[in-house]
Amino acid sequence: MNITTELVDYVSELSRLKLPEEEKASMTAQLEQIIGYMDVLNTLDTSDIEPMSHTFPVKNVLREDEVEVFPNRDGLLAGAPAHDEEAFFVPKTVD
Amino acid sequence: MQELLSYSAVELGRLLRKGELSVKEATEAALSAIERRQSGNNAFITVTGEQALAQAEQAQRRLLAGEDIGPLTGVPAAIKDNICTLGVKTTCASKIMGDFLPPYQATVMEKLEGAGAVSLGKLNMDEFAMGSTTETSFYGATKNPWDLSRVPGGSSGGAAAAVAARECWYALGSDTGGSIRQPASYCGVTGMKPTYGAVSRYGLIAYASSLDQIGPLARTAEDCAAILDVIMGKDKRDGTSLDAPCGGLLAGLNPDLTGKTVGIPVDCFEDGLDPDVRERVLSVADVLKGRGAKVEEFRLPVMQYVVPTYYIIAAAEASSNLSRFDGVKYGWRASGYEDLTDLYCKTRTEGFGSEVKRRILLGTFVLSSGYYDAFYRKALQVKHVIKSAFDDAFTKYDLILMPVAPTTAPRLGESLSDPLKMYLSDIYTVSVNLAGLPGLSMPCGFDRQGLPVGAQLIGPALGEQAILNAAYAYQQDTDYHKQAPVAAEGGERA
Repeated sequence: MNITTELVDYVSELSRLKLPEEEKASMTAQLEQIIGYMDVLNTLDTSDIEPMSHTFPVKNVLREDEVEVFPNRDGLLAGAPAHDEEAFFVPKTVD
Repeated sequence: MQELLSYSAVELGRLLRKGELSVKEATEAALSAIERRQSGNNAFITVTGEQALAQAEQAQRRLLAGEDIGPLTGVPAAIKDNICTLGVKTTCASKIMGDFLPPYQATVMEKLEGAGAVSLGKLNMDEFAMGSTTETSFYGATKNPWDLSRVPGGSSGGAAAAVAARECWYALGSDTGGSIRQPASYCGVTGMKPTYGAVSRYGLIAYASSLDQIGPLARTAEDCAAILDVIMGKDKRDGTSLDAPCGGLLAGLNPDLTGKTVGIPVDCFEDGLDPDVRERVLSVADVLKGRGAKVEEFRLPVMQYVVPTYYIIAAAEASSNLSRFDGVKYGWRASGYEDLTDLYCKTRTEGFGSEVKRRILLGTFVLSSGYYDAFYRKALQVKHVIKSAFDDAFTKYDLILMPVAPTTAPRLGESLSDPLKMYLSDIYTVSVNLAGLPGLSMPCGFDRQGLPVGAQLIGPALGEQAILNAAYAYQQDTDYHKQAPVAAEGGERA
């Protein structure tokens, strides 16, 4: 499969990444090589096989929906690059 | 008395309980070894000396009070830096994590605390556990204690190096596609990835959630059993943790392999495998036979599909898991952004290293509209085929024996230039994660350059005891696991 720089740009945008031009060229070549190699999966007929997300049949792990106050709210906020005593700070998002 | 640091964790624990030495002495010996070796091998990102000495005092008090809290009380350990430690910097070896101080303790850390462990600090790793060499760390590469010009393997390279260089008695690592077993193999230590769900992932910073599992790296299979007895178990905070019986692995160790059948998948011993590695791994079969096991060859043709399947699934999950790192809730934030989207982009572009960005892009691609069915859905189907192949094998065999890696430790700088080549070197480890199985890597000799070779034992789901028994039996009859790199023996080259 041909991986173009346009495709890498598109996927980068979805990933919220902005590769510098020099990194983009090598990344495009490497992704083409890696994705090309993945083609080997197409030699296996899986038309009758169910996709498997979980290896073990662990289903519906339920518990009571009880509110638990996290005991270390200050600790949570302290990890943020910009914050006050009760909120994370981000640039203005709506005018 | 034997050099303190050459004891196994279980042996040290016994001495501490008998009062033949103090927890403080053991802790100080380890801290001093770290101080001498860190500049050579760079196994640690953070050393928590003061905290370790405080924990040592606490453990000593519990021992003196006669409290029976298990075989590892007071035994100093170190922790891979993707496991959250309350109030102790946790970096995932990434710039984007900044000086993140977790506001909570991972479940495994709570369990270690309960068992009276002493934590020496946080270990180097590949950034976000993505890599096979511990060279992608923002904090610089870790080096292999057996030869400082070589990689320790990865991603738990700091863990394997620290245990090999006798800087701690055991370590906790994580294994998503071989990240415990492969560095254990390259550094000549014993490492185990438990069954998926056997150990809680709560507080493990996620790479690929359906594959990630925490496990021990230590000197012996016996040590691994003791550590797993502490860390395994159902946790309501991890919905994927299994509600299965746990504990008793150490007490249950039995080196008699009579009636056990070991399968050798011939597909794993063909092209691409270093002849020295092949010879050493196959020699394990003879030792197991000597202990009563029956050994048979069989074919496992799904091996050709495991690497692409793994990298599609792991990258897809990584692209989703790592979307949380955006410069808002924790860690590092770029400067000079224009608006919110720009803040996300700049922080992520400058905060993640190349390998992480490559996997995020790959994962986003395989999940994107138009490619999802051809790649991601296909990989989930092939995963099913791989799981069924292992299920079939375990109707005939109790264990599978195969290599851990195609070669011994490569030189620093040899792997990163060709990512696909590096991915392909994970061929023997990733299938175990895809199938959710337990697997162990143990030292089985040296190649002609004197580098350690590891052999891998794989069991059916929750077959930890059978694997540990075989490794325990092997280690009764061999002493490869007791060998230490020259530098760690007291020579201070490292």
